[in-house]
Amino acid sequence: MATPRWRIARSGSTDLELALSGDWDAANAAETDPSAVLAEFDQPPGLRCVRLTAADLGRWDSVLMIFLLAIVDRCREQGIEVDGSQLPEGIRALLDLAYAVPERAGARRGTVRTAWLADLGSSALRIRDDAKAFTRFLGEAALSFAALAVGRARFRKIDLWLNIQECGPSAVPIVTLISLLVGLILAFVGAVQLALFGAQIYIADLVALGMLREMGALMTAIIMAGRTGAAFAAQLGTMNVNQEISALRVMGFAPLEFLVLPRMLALILVMPVLCLYANLLGIIGGGMITIGFFDVSVTQYLNRTQEAAHLTDLAVGLAKCTVFGVLIALAGCMRGMQCGRSASAVGDAATSAVVTSIVLIVVSDSIITLICDRLGI
Amino acid sequence: MGEPIITVNQLTMAYGDFLIQRDLNFTINRGDIFIIMGGSGCGKSTLLMHLIGLQPPARGEILYGNRNLWNTNAAERQQIMRRIGVLFQSGALLSSMTLAENIALPLAEFTPLSRTQIRQVVSYKLALVGLAGFEDYYPSEISGGMQKRAGLARAMALDPEILYFDEPSAGLDPISAKLLDDLIQSLRDSLGATIVMVTHELPSIFAIGTNSVFLDPETKTAIAAGPPKQLLAESKDPKVIRFLTRDDGSAENLPGSDTALAAGVTP
Repeated sequence: MATPRWRIARSGSTDLELALSGDWDAANAAETDPSAVLAEFDQPPGLRCVRLTAADLGRWDSVLMIFLLAIVDRCREQGIEVDGSQLPEGIRALLDLAYAVPERAGARRGTVRTAWLADLGSSALRIRDDAKAFTRFLGEAALSFAALAVGRARFRKIDLWLNIQECGPSAVPIVTLISLLVGLILAFVGAVQLALFGAQIYIADLVALGMLREMGALMTAIIMAGRTGAAFAAQLGTMNVNQEISALRVMGFAPLEFLVLPRMLALILVMPVLCLYANLLGIIGGGMITIGFFDVSVTQYLNRTQEAAHLTDLAVGLAKCTVFGVLIALAGCMRGMQCGRSASAVGDAATSAVVTSIVLIVVSDSIITLICDRLGI
Repeated sequence: MGEPIITVNQLTMAYGDFLIQRDLNFTINRGDIFIIMGGSGCGKSTLLMHLIGLQPPARGEILYGNRNLWNTNAAERQQIMRRIGVLFQSGALLSSMTLAENIALPLAEFTPLSRTQIRQVVSYKLALVGLAGFEDYYPSEISGGMQKRAGLARAMALDPEILYFDEPSAGLDPISAKLLDDLIQSLRDSLGATIVMVTHELPSIFAIGTNSVFLDPETKTAIAAGPPKQLLAESKDPKVIRFLTRDDGSAENLPGSDTALAAGVTP
């Protein structure tokens, strides 16, 4: 394999001949740095013409081309004439092609470095825009619910049922597993402390209250955010990419009513039911540990649970879960409808639907808990 | 036949500050096969989005008859929109529904037809586009060309007066593209619909276009208008000539008619 070489010869004071030989391909790319040649250009006296020759050229590919382009670019900058007539036909044609269409003014995107303060400002503005978009979407969703209330919403009933099936029964296995384990964990965490002073019986209180008031709703919401919220965003996002949403608009359907309403409705209807189921499974999970490991009988556990848990606790949990359902459906559908027109945008929409849902869930959970505490519920 | 059905006045289109096209003026007459042409990225599809009411103009007006699409109340706009059908570039069928459900969707919502009648209309429309028997297929189960034809069946569901096509032959082989052109032409002739087509397929433009507007991405406005064959014969603008002759520069041995076109395929 011949290494790439070049030879520079000045003829007269202002003409320069650059003769290339050897293999100019990717394998030899390390040895094709044009800076040595370009340095020659800066030597006085100034050049007027550069002649390129390649009599003993072996293999060549883009490595040769970028070398030549660097030289031709410099020549154009300095107003030096380039004579490429002795280059092989193929190279000449490629050079012509590379310069055939001049760079479009303003097309190049420079990398703009911004100060951190500007970055901070633009993120703040983004958050504001996001909040605005969310509020607007909330309003539009509310309007479509109003249309539903007066029986004027245009959507297919079958879509509602399909969505209910997709959100509800299909989610039962994962809800079962997670809430059973959460009940189990709650029991263990409490048992370690309570067993110290022989108060194992109160594990029942801890599990029942923990599940009913908090964990049942929270875990259901997080499962549904990952499962259904992401699915909503991906479905609507793909429909957007595929122009299906435009097609619906043209046909006279409001996408908010036709696509978003059945999804929101399904999730909001299903969430409390799933939450109730999660509560039950959590209490069973806690019971398995309490009864199995800590010398509490089934009757004792059930009695204690009954005494500890009140209907209010259940109601608080269900109310929370309904709120979470609304938020998940809103976040999922909003991200889906906002989705850009590319495949990666669909992925981003799904991710951002989950992130938005979880943030909203945790924030609203804190607010509701605080309110309940202040009101003494 | 012949009276203006759509009039575009001083239409300027922009995304925010980014100007797409400005000061467009043209008229589409009833019964036309009107071609919106121009190089890639000149704003053809954007113009279509404006005409079908998906994107508001930055300035100017779009008149259907004498009613302004963008400056009217919601009910009247719905009425205008009911008169048009659109075939999107990829067909844009709802992927969660079968072909029959897709076509039945507007029928069930906007007409008083009974279920049986809707089923009959659906079969009839599918038969028109050569897809009889495909009622219960999902869009993902049929080929791209078939999806387009099914999209056309849906666009025609409500017997619209004006049919819009966004690059109907993009991604189709030459024979399917020709069949689609023939289909479009015979639909125009038999249904009396007006066709507005965004395309840069020269064979389609010359074979079926009766009028056209040529958008230029550099000057950002229309630089030619008229029947495509006449443009080819009479236009003095080098950009238009280059586009219509694929940069051959000469107007000779060009697809001036269907037969010349067929002959031109074989060297």
